[in-house]
Amino acid sequence: MSTVEHSIATTNVSAFDVNKIRGDFPALHQEIHGHPLIYLDTGATAQKPQAVIDALSHFYAHDYANVHRAVHTLGERATQAYEGAREKMRKFIHAASTREIVFVRGTTEAINLVAQSFARPALRAGDEIILTQMEHHSNIVPWQLVCEQTGAVLRVVPVNDDGELVIEELEKLISPRTRLLTLVHLSNALGTINPVRRIIAAAHAANVPVLLDGAQAAPHLGVDVQDLDCDFYAFSGHKLYGPSGIGVLYAKETLLDAMPPYHGGGEMIRYVSFDKTEYNELPYKFEAGTPNIAGAVGLGAAIDYLTGVGIAEIAAYESDLLHYATKAAGGIPGLRLIGTARDKASILSFELEGVHPHDIGTILDRQGIAVRAGHHCAMPIMRRFGVPATTRASFGMYNTRTEIDALISGIQKAKELFR
Amino acid sequence: MSDLRDLYEEVILDHNRSPRNFQKKPQGANRHAYGFNPLCGDEFTVHLVVEDGIVKDVGFEGAGCAISTASASMMTQAIKGKTEEEVHALFRKVHDLLIHDGHGEPPDIGKLRVLAGVHAYPNRVKCATLAWHTLNAALENTQHETVTTE
Ligand SMILES: Cc1ncc(COP(=O)(O)O)c(C=O)c1O
Repeated sequence: MSTVEHSIATTNVSAFDVNKIRGDFPALHQEIHGHPLIYLDTGATAQKPQAVIDALSHFYAHDYANVHRAVHTLGERATQAYEGAREKMRKFIHAASTREIVFVRGTTEAINLVAQSFARPALRAGDEIILTQMEHHSNIVPWQLVCEQTGAVLRVVPVNDDGELVIEELEKLISPRTRLLTLVHLSNALGTINPVRRIIAAAHAANVPVLLDGAQAAPHLGVDVQDLDCDFYAFSGHKLYGPSGIGVLYAKETLLDAMPPYHGGGEMIRYVSFDKTEYNELPYKFEAGTPNIAGAVGLGAAIDYLTGVGIAEIAAYESDLLHYATKAAGGIPGLRLIGTARDKASILSFELEGVHPHDIGTILDRQGIAVRAGHHCAMPIMRRFGVPATTRASFGMYNTRTEIDALISGIQKAKELFR
Repeated sequence: MSDLRDLYEEVILDHNRSPRNFQKKPQGANRHAYGFNPLCGDEFTVHLVVEDGIVKDVGFEGAGCAISTASASMMTQAIKGKTEEEVHALFRKVHDLLIHDGHGEPPDIGKLRVLAGVHAYPNRVKCATLAWHTLNAALENTQHETVTTE
């Protein structure tokens, strides 16, 4: 090994300094019920680094104006900041062009956009959309709506006892009637990382386009949409350590070109008369009205922060945390993990014999530990595992092994209380 | 941990461990309702035998957290033998207790007083009220409707 390689490797390891990272997140430094906050609900939404908070307040304090409309200087600055964020996003997910980056409110809106603008015009009665048993409600309900509107039907890929997709079943479901395959990249309820590359290849072999719900994957795995060759990729800024109310729909340019607009209004037009309206070019055709300008700028700052730390480094660190937590949780009698896929990230979902998740949530909260208790907006997969709800600890780049130790002892305390 | 004991009193833990009138649909049940808390997935069905305006028997089925289960269990004990008016009055008292603002005397409701601890946990109040709302719906015989706490 050359000395150069060696020094790079060392830099990377020392670059991931969790204490330094924690110092960047002001919300982490507070007490809850007399205990230091242990935030294990990043799967629901991530806390924000100071850099994002500062970017928002700096933008509002100095550069704020509407975008794409003004000749004045502030308008120019705001437009540059907004479009600069789009370029950061393009780079972050390795899209070919900023024309393929549509700013939306979040994953939910991105999926609804595809359902209404891409699927609905093409769907005929009896056509099929394939999704999976582990989808978030936001990747189920928009398709149910479009099925009601068109007479299309849903086909559901089953999940095995470990929480993995049964790929052979998925492949069997692809038929000449299939118009779209939509699935989660990284499951928020189980932590499963789906083998999306293989799935996309199988779908494309049958000319079926694929949408990936990347709400959880984008912050934890790193995404290369060209390498994946997915047709659509939807994700939310707030889970990426950015502001809420902003997210991205990535779509291949040829698809976006052929799709009608989702919303009508200002910004998305080139020319309007009462006889005829000409739509604006991509991606503006899909961004009607004044967008979440500051949200995009804040998201740009979050991307800078994430890439500064390094998404590969984050993934490796979180993977170590998950292994550590999985092992420790396995030592608690009566604890059953929900989601034991071979390929997993950032999520530890479980049930504890004799103690309801909602009670665990309250008991942990009194020790300063924030977890999610519930169905995680994924009721079908809860039913698949025969549980009404689970307790879910989800990890971000700022969590530590010490915090996981506290979680484990918190769970023990819940057991004692309920003995 | 000690303040958790205000919520999880021994009585509550006991009713959670062995709920009374549970998994039971009494013979001759003529009023039913299904209640659901979409936030956490708790769900209960309440069955009543109401004759001559009196709750002769009661049972409940379903699954929920300790607070909702204990509240349902204690409720079934508290309402058996009471007239519909008395049950309505009790419902209002429990409701007042759970959202009691600290002013004035809390309502006098005997054993059900242990539910008062829930008051300090605002996001658990709906757990405690689920069975009671379901009971109300059963009395009104809206058995085909789903009651939700949202
Ligand atoms: C896998 C998955 N899909 C979709 C969503 C919905 O995201 P949002 O609420 O930001 O639109 C979430 C967030 O909870 C999620 O975890």
